[in-house]
Amino acid sequence: MSAITRDEVAHLARLSRLALSDDELDHFATQLDDIIGAVARVAEVAAEDVPPSSHALPLTNVFRADEVRPSLTPEQALSGAPAVEDDRFRVPRILGEEA
Amino acid sequence: MTETTTTLMAYDEALVRFEPVLGIETHVELGTASKMFCGCPTVFGGAPNTQVCPVCLGLPGALPVANAQAIESTIRIGLALNCSIAEWCRFARKNYFYPDMPKNFQISQYDEPLCFDGYLDVEVDGKVHRVGIERVHLEEDTGKSTHMGGATGRIHGADYSIVDYNRAGIPLVEIVTKPIEGTDSLAPEVAKAYATELRELMRALGVSDVRMEEGSMRCDVNVSLMPRGSSEWGTRTETKNVNSLRSVERSVRHEIERQAAVLAAGGRIVQETRHFHEDTGATTSGRSKEEAQDYRYFPEPDLVPIAPARSFVEELKATLPELPSVKRARLMAEWSVSALDMEAMYNADAVDLVEATVAAGAPAADARKWWMGELARRANESGTALAELAITPAQVARVTELVASGALNDKLARQVFEGVLAGEGSPDEVVAARGLQIVNDEGELSAIIDQVIADNADAADKVRNGKVAAVGALVGGVMKASRGKADAGRARELLLEKLGVTG
Repeated sequence: MSAITRDEVAHLARLSRLALSDDELDHFATQLDDIIGAVARVAEVAAEDVPPSSHALPLTNVFRADEVRPSLTPEQALSGAPAVEDDRFRVPRILGEEA
Repeated sequence: MTETTTTLMAYDEALVRFEPVLGIETHVELGTASKMFCGCPTVFGGAPNTQVCPVCLGLPGALPVANAQAIESTIRIGLALNCSIAEWCRFARKNYFYPDMPKNFQISQYDEPLCFDGYLDVEVDGKVHRVGIERVHLEEDTGKSTHMGGATGRIHGADYSIVDYNRAGIPLVEIVTKPIEGTDSLAPEVAKAYATELRELMRALGVSDVRMEEGSMRCDVNVSLMPRGSSEWGTRTETKNVNSLRSVERSVRHEIERQAAVLAAGGRIVQETRHFHEDTGATTSGRSKEEAQDYRYFPEPDLVPIAPARSFVEELKATLPELPSVKRARLMAEWSVSALDMEAMYNADAVDLVEATVAAGAPAADARKWWMGELARRANESGTALAELAITPAQVARVTELVASGALNDKLARQVFEGVLAGEGSPDEVVAARGLQIVNDEGELSAIIDQVIADNADAADKVRNGKVAAVGALVGGVMKASRGKADAGRARELLLEKLGVTG
């Protein structure tokens, strides 16, 4: 079983835009390793005739008809936004200075 | 923004030394009424954030449901591109942090595209190039960011951005070619021909309005060069969001010239995204892709797999329209026009209009003459698309009929078009209201001619003395006096008769 390394947690944290301290990196590396180890045990009982699955229900082709339904008003849509300008969501600078 | 002046190598020299390999990714917004995973409308140009809901805003607890029409359209696109259709495939989450997707992931497809392994034949200079299609998959479009502060409105140097999510969640089909090799110096033309053929195909299928200027079809163009004689491909660059057919061609040409200069000087090509600039025809460096993006794709848990029944796929196959290339060949034969004339009609978006006018009873030559001449000129003047002109193919057909019957001449026909376009009613109503019938009344015409002869005694004498060519001035006088409504041919006959000359 492959152990989750501290570097991998740091990489994931960066992708997730989470600032983790050194202690937290160690802490989560151990925790994630435990979780993956637990999940991996499924492989021990899966026989050759059990295909890998991503969904709990054996459903396919669940579609909706192409019909328009009412949208939110801009006021409703923007009500949870931290910042609004010109009926749009205002977000911080996307690229840093170096980009 | 620190890019130094770009050195280019002359195109012909670049092609002597290097061989280009292309790859084109095309995004096509489907013309469904509602979005891919929710019921919000997809109309272009709505006020900001008026076409959004909890699903496309990624609010907690909201669940997507796939649009049946979008699935169907994607399969039809795949079939038209000679693809295999997956028996079973899934959506996947593409995770990235960027404010254009409020969920922080895009629902896309990863290693299980709905359609795969097809081709599209395109013709350049009479030679057919088969462009392999790697995959056709379905995903959702992103929101539209406006970058504020900074001088250029670009993301670089902006202080902050504002986002409109009306476009977020509109079904987007991505069509990816296999590497296109062996095009040689025709690479830019093949790229353009591919994009053109693809656009026509989408139009024929009726799955998208494919308006490149509105972004409902956009191309990302990959170009790499390898030295002549080498079999190993060079490093590629990807030029993003090339938004016109002409730009597809120009961006390929520019990248060939730029990369050749870098390689010839002993440099190396950086694998990166580049931006095309319409004004200069040049590309500039964007985000570098050297640090591979880590999208952490995984099967979308909120959407169950798609498993199109083979019988359903066969049904869709039966709905495929005549392919644009086949149609083009057929129309060229039926209308007796050259490839060049046909291309001009395609470029003017006149083919469907001419076809409809012919269907309404007009001879092809006349239909083409009016749409490509007078009507194209008027559309151009008023800055509208030909199809947006306030005249129908049936009305154009009626005008050609009136000309053929002798009731109108071309000059009067142009006035009829003017009237119809100005909203004065049908061609017949305009003819009646403006009094545009050709003067066929011999008595009236005869009176006009007598007056013209009396007013132009010198010219009349010349004709009497055998200088028949001088009759032109008199015919002109008759047309003027009748305000263009006389039949010029008949006027000439009567003039010569009255002046004692047999024509």
